[in-house]
Amino acid sequence: MANKSQPKLWVLTEEDIDALEIGSAILGTGGGGNPYIGKLRAKQAMREGLKLQIMDVDDVDDDALVVSVGGIGAPVVGYERLKEGREGLRCLRTLEDRLNFNAVAVVCEEIGGQNSMEPLITAALAGLPVLDCDGMGRAFPEMQMVTFSIYGHRTTPSALCDLHGNTVIIDHAVSELWHERMARAATVSQGGASVLASAPMKGSFVKQYAIKHTYTQAIALGRAVLKARAEFRDPVAAVAEQEKGKVVFTGKIQDLKRHLSKGFVFGEAHLNGIDAYEGDEGSIVIQNENLIFRRNGKVEVVVPDLIIVLDVETGEAITTEMLQYGQRVAILALPAPELLKTPEALEVVGPRAFGFDDVEYIPMSVER
Amino acid sequence: MYRIGVDVGGTNTDAVILKDREVVVGLKRPTTADVTSGVVNALEAAITQAGIDRKLISAVMIGTTHFTNAVVERRHLNKVAAIRIGLPAAACLPPMVDWPADLREAVGDYGYMIHGGYEFDGRELHPLDEPALIQIAKEIADKDIRAAAVTCIFSPIQQNMEERAKQILQEYCPDLPVVLSSDIGRMGLLERESASIMNASLLELSERTIDAFSEALVSCELHCPFFITQNDGTLMAAESVKRFPVQTFASGPTNSMRGAAFLTGVKDAIVVDIGGTTSDVGALQHGFPRQASTVVDVGGVRTNFRMPDVFAIGLGGGSLVEQGADGKVTVGPKSVGYRILEEGLVFGGNTLTASDIAVATGMAEMGDASKVADLDPALVEAARARMAEMLERAVERSRLSAAPLPVIAVGGGSILMPEKLGDLEVVRPENYAVANAVGAAIAQISGDVDRIFALENGLTREDCLRIAEEEARAKAIAAGAQADTIELIEKEDVPLAYLPGHATRIRVKVVGEMGQIGG
Repeated sequence: MANKSQPKLWVLTEEDIDALEIGSAILGTGGGGNPYIGKLRAKQAMREGLKLQIMDVDDVDDDALVVSVGGIGAPVVGYERLKEGREGLRCLRTLEDRLNFNAVAVVCEEIGGQNSMEPLITAALAGLPVLDCDGMGRAFPEMQMVTFSIYGHRTTPSALCDLHGNTVIIDHAVSELWHERMARAATVSQGGASVLASAPMKGSFVKQYAIKHTYTQAIALGRAVLKARAEFRDPVAAVAEQEKGKVVFTGKIQDLKRHLSKGFVFGEAHLNGIDAYEGDEGSIVIQNENLIFRRNGKVEVVVPDLIIVLDVETGEAITTEMLQYGQRVAILALPAPELLKTPEALEVVGPRAFGFDDVEYIPMSVER
Repeated sequence: MYRIGVDVGGTNTDAVILKDREVVVGLKRPTTADVTSGVVNALEAAITQAGIDRKLISAVMIGTTHFTNAVVERRHLNKVAAIRIGLPAAACLPPMVDWPADLREAVGDYGYMIHGGYEFDGRELHPLDEPALIQIAKEIADKDIRAAAVTCIFSPIQQNMEERAKQILQEYCPDLPVVLSSDIGRMGLLERESASIMNASLLELSERTIDAFSEALVSCELHCPFFITQNDGTLMAAESVKRFPVQTFASGPTNSMRGAAFLTGVKDAIVVDIGGTTSDVGALQHGFPRQASTVVDVGGVRTNFRMPDVFAIGLGGGSLVEQGADGKVTVGPKSVGYRILEEGLVFGGNTLTASDIAVATGMAEMGDASKVADLDPALVEAARARMAEMLERAVERSRLSAAPLPVIAVGGGSILMPEKLGDLEVVRPENYAVANAVGAAIAQISGDVDRIFALENGLTREDCLRIAEEEARAKAIAAGAQADTIELIEKEDVPLAYLPGHATRIRVKVVGEMGQIGG
């Protein structure tokens, strides 16, 4: 091998974490949980002298092993019963001991929402960097909805840790769906919010199948919002511009239905258009995340393309739990990463995977 | 019958007397250090000026920013033992972790974390560590800490450990006031805990302040009930404010916005309340302040109270007008505040303030205009333009659409407001200076429920919503509302994702007119 130089690491500052909080909430597409608690934990870790570092995916050796780490469970539990703090580290160490390897970096499963922070904290405690990528490029409700699984990675054996010190190793699942089901059951018994580390992946695999540069993307998004606010410019436009996305609607929430089924929040928000959209009606179908946007009854944006609900004034993302009657919101659509648009990906994260048999995925860039 | 509204601000104490929908009298008196004499002065002046029999006054409603100001200014706060029950959970983020350091210092920075707490379904997360509580109780006694705030994980669904903790603490410190987080806020550990700690830090001040109000009423021979206005524009019994001062945090902006709506009859508008040091800008929707959709910052701390979405800028009647070496003119955020009557140029002082500019441009008449006659016209014009720009920008931020809404200017400093702001008309109601006190006088009584229901044993979502609404109505009636005026203003149910047992969180709030003064 050629004389390989030490990869350059990006050491995050508190300002980067502030931007990441905003950016990852935007990429959460209504779900993924609120990253505020994670932000505080990340800052607290920095104040205790830990380094939160990001490494470019292409700098990882092909044969090196990396481990993805993420929180699993109900966001509402996470706001009330906060983590002990070292759950992720215990998961990582358990897995390393059990499988007899040393991870060189930690990987993020889901950049959208609170799961953007956990890998940074786990990695800092372990003295490792986090790769600048993730497995969703947004947020999704279930574990198997991640590019790593879609493109062939088997996530067991995995380790699941709670705040009490309980550790569960899931040795083998016959499918990713089974893994999700068993991990979820164990999580509920552990109080509804735990941390899970999946079986290690090779550097070469991650280089090919991760959605790249999503930490850079999320932090840049957050910076764009903060800058627009400081300069009294329209933050929604700043977000759209930063991501080459499209504001598809601005409206006022007129009706809001939410119900619980099969462990998820299902719902629909109806909006009356304002400003340029006066006279139009919009609707968003929700299943933890925002999945389908319709204008005047006609489907316009569909998962896995990103449907983001922003507060018109602050540009801040509004999660599905925080939607309220009368709110004025802008709906921004961003194209999904290419890795989510292949036939094998659409089987797992396309409209049919969410039970919308009559809705076809047509990329937002294509005229319907 | 008459009702009196009083607004006790940092600078002025305002009083209004209302007969039905008519403002009989409205006036201002300076706030005094002892609070009481300022309130007495305002009440006596109002009653005298109105020339009414004080026996015909059915209720006094007081709005005050006293408690918010104490937190913002970090003054008059007592030391608090902030006790969190929940280890091993939440060990990574100690109490007050997201507070500004100076505020943490002001309440003593005594954070404790002990074992205990509940899971989401009410089972124990860990048994309560009673020996640790006894240890803390001893420290409280040793260090002369004046109050405790106890926050247990998942206490909104199971209060036992918080109650037990209070019992233990009071066994060792019999006179210690103990605030339980389940009485203060809803789900969301850090926000509820912070609100509970702030509440505990205000207990001595609230005791003194409410007693001062009582004394003032007694010395004015007013023996009618008196109430304090809370965040959402509804009333609280004065005695319960002694225990829950945080519930009044946002009452200032709420009262001024509701007062502005009442005085103008306008239901949709942007309200700008210009005081001595700052201006509050918020939107009025259907006669009520628009609520903030996210968490609200109080003195640099996140809370999850429902509060009006108000945006403050550093411009008021006492704002300093300064010209830098580069010729650039700035207005605020520094201010002479209530000392405007001594320090402003037109009042014979030596400080150039925003009010002096208003007089110099002819926008306002007060004091001695000759004192500003010699000001450099370029400076006056630059300052005037700067003030208009600041107001315009703030209004723009609160504007909900391109539709031309009126701007209602209220507050003592509203002389700074130009006749027109950009393309928006400015409305300045009669009695604009006492809109806060008017808002207090028209406040309503509320009842609310915020709880997790299990949709089990045949209970449907509709059943649970109905049960919650009935409970809320009963609470409002118990608090003095007239049953036939009660309206549902908030109804929300959020299914708790991922949790088994079909748990759903229901929030219901009703409001009604206070008995005897409705109609």
